[in-house]
Amino acid sequence: MEKQWFTISVYAENNVGLLNRISGIFLKRHINIESLNVSKSEIEHVSKFTIVVNTTEDWTRKIVQQIEKQIEVIKAYYHDDDEIIYQESALFKIASNLLFDERQIQNIIKESNSQIVTVSRNFFVLAKTGRRHEIDEMHDALEPYGIMQFVRSGRLAVSKAEMPISSILNEFYQD
Amino acid sequence: METLKEKQKDKKNPTTLRISGAEAIIHCLLAEGVDLLYGYPGGAIMPVYDELYKFQDKLTHVLTRHEQGATHAAQGFARVTGKVGVAVATSGPGATNLVTGLADAQIDSTPMVCITGQVPRHLLGSDAFQETDIIGISTPVTKWNYQITRAEEIPEVMAKAFFIAKSGRPGPVLIDITKNAQYDKLDFKYERCTGVRSYKPIPPPNIDAIEAAAEVINSAKKPYIVFGQGVILGEAEEQLKALVEKAGIPAAWTILGLSAMNTDHPLNVGMVGMHGNYGPNVLTNECDVLIAIGMRFDDRVTGSLDTYAKQAKVIHFEIDPAEINKNVQVDIAVLGDSKETLSLLLPKIKENRHDEWHNEFKEKYKIEYEAVIKEELHPTKEGLTMAEVINEINIASKHKAVIVSDVGQHQMIACRYSKFKQSKSNITSGGLGTMGFALPAAIGAKMGAMDREVVAIIGDGGYQMTIQELGTIFQNKTPVKIVVLNNDHLGMVRQWQELFFESRYASTVMSNPNFVKIAEGYDITAKKVTDRKDLKAAVDEMIASKDAYFLEVKVEKEDNVFPMIPSGASVSDIRLK
Repeated sequence: MEKQWFTISVYAENNVGLLNRISGIFLKRHINIESLNVSKSEIEHVSKFTIVVNTTEDWTRKIVQQIEKQIEVIKAYYHDDDEIIYQESALFKIASNLLFDERQIQNIIKESNSQIVTVSRNFFVLAKTGRRHEIDEMHDALEPYGIMQFVRSGRLAVSKAEMPISSILNEFYQD
Repeated sequence: METLKEKQKDKKNPTTLRISGAEAIIHCLLAEGVDLLYGYPGGAIMPVYDELYKFQDKLTHVLTRHEQGATHAAQGFARVTGKVGVAVATSGPGATNLVTGLADAQIDSTPMVCITGQVPRHLLGSDAFQETDIIGISTPVTKWNYQITRAEEIPEVMAKAFFIAKSGRPGPVLIDITKNAQYDKLDFKYERCTGVRSYKPIPPPNIDAIEAAAEVINSAKKPYIVFGQGVILGEAEEQLKALVEKAGIPAAWTILGLSAMNTDHPLNVGMVGMHGNYGPNVLTNECDVLIAIGMRFDDRVTGSLDTYAKQAKVIHFEIDPAEINKNVQVDIAVLGDSKETLSLLLPKIKENRHDEWHNEFKEKYKIEYEAVIKEELHPTKEGLTMAEVINEINIASKHKAVIVSDVGQHQMIACRYSKFKQSKSNITSGGLGTMGFALPAAIGAKMGAMDREVVAIIGDGGYQMTIQELGTIFQNKTPVKIVVLNNDHLGMVRQWQELFFESRYASTVMSNPNFVKIAEGYDITAKKVTDRKDLKAAVDEMIASKDAYFLEVKVEKEDNVFPMIPSGASVSDIRLK
């Protein structure tokens, strides 16, 4: 089976230690986590892990089974890129003088659809949200002028199909 | 000391009590029906031990000689009773010494709750004396773990621990409790846990899958059952027997499934796996329907997956969804508790016989008997074989003993040749292969089944890994029978060296001490047999003994266990010699 990108979405109780338990599942199988994001979800007190891997579907399925087996995991799903809407975010910290000295910087800001978050005497910060390649392109465009700091988030994704966590939780309370 | 119920009798408010965290732990244990636990005290768990002292009339704490021994004893107890085994240790090294037992219980699905002390909350993360991150360390080898840092968390977390350990596919749970949480007071109120919203212990049975399974089984020409510990854990022994008999299906077992079905049942065809029986292995690749019940297709069972039962439709009865299609792709997965799913299946199964197919197993058995078993059970050579010792134990104990085996050659021989009439009678470290398991596990097994004979079968290597537990036997006068099959080698590794490393016996030759003297030092009656003519009498004397008994049998030094599927080979390529 061919390797491809999969986005794993894990709905779980917000408990200390669960991240360790989940990352151990990948570690044990030598599967690299390409990106990871943990946040609250649409349900109160339920966390959502969004994990991106590049591996075969067979491995992804097995990993998801193992993740779901963890006591504090409510449900885990995996999707390929066509089944989700996804974005990443990045911040670029750049020396303020470049904004005035290098005309091209302003063009990059416009063309990349990025936002200026803050401007101070010494630096300004650009925020860009988009697909990874868009962020990479912006990075490559800015790099020759000097980037003081760069950071990119893990993938954020929502699935096109439903992930019915609320009904799973309701089932529990009805039982 | 008074139990919670007794204390509550005269109180105005019957629901809560103001007590220390340490005392609360005791009340939790009592509420869960625990009356026996194993452990080893130390600084960070002392408040709990102080309460154990006060409650010794209600709760027996058995002091093992090492924390690892406490876990294996708790496992032995759990395996023989079906209840949750409990082990207690202090922080730091006490806690890290639990790791092997946790890993063993995790891979062999044994319900166990381990309680560890931890440095006070304000010292966490400061590299305090005997501080170790046991939550981090134990995460991969526990079904669940949790660190309690506030006394008021104790009742709910303890209830959850027992629920999780025992429900669904059982496993070990570790609860780490900081010392301040043991000292601090809480308003105690205990409610047993009946569910955790993110955890589904038993998948609901799918009737369509059961229908489909029944249809495939009913139309099978050469159906074959392989059952594992899931039958024992699910207490589905009767349902398994009913299925086997109604549909006339030959059934084989994994070593953890052993004793779920009478070994002398005509349709019990023996053991699968690396050192299993010839027919059950070879015929895996000739059956048309393979019905796996409560087993997980371990690599020691399947050999090479590329050549495992490829011709067969595979039906997998399993409680853990993560086991489905993990190793073997199945045609029908029947998720659920084995007792429930088999009960639903049975009325849909047609009465049937498969005599010709069953005969193939009998034919293969004849081949194996001539090539291997005859000489093992009735040796013509001078040296004693392990199998003849097991055979004598079978006879003397009338197939009624609990057999606790360690890991290695003697384990394979014990599993191959032991006879059982009753379930939960074969206790061995299957998945992890933990040498040193048997002696402490036998202590736990005996304490869990005082009315039964418990015989530990151990090699000279594994025996010395936990030999200090003789001290536990001595102090508690635990009447376990210990048989050391001594070949002065780490026999299984030596066998592999002979077969696959051109007999370079790297570190597998053992100079052994006088085991009899050691046992006698602990006041255990001890005997050594070196001659076949003395074997029967010694085994009879051991079984007849009301007290602990140690029997060393000098066996042939360089015997090999056969049949054998070489690592990574196909079940079809099992070697008879």
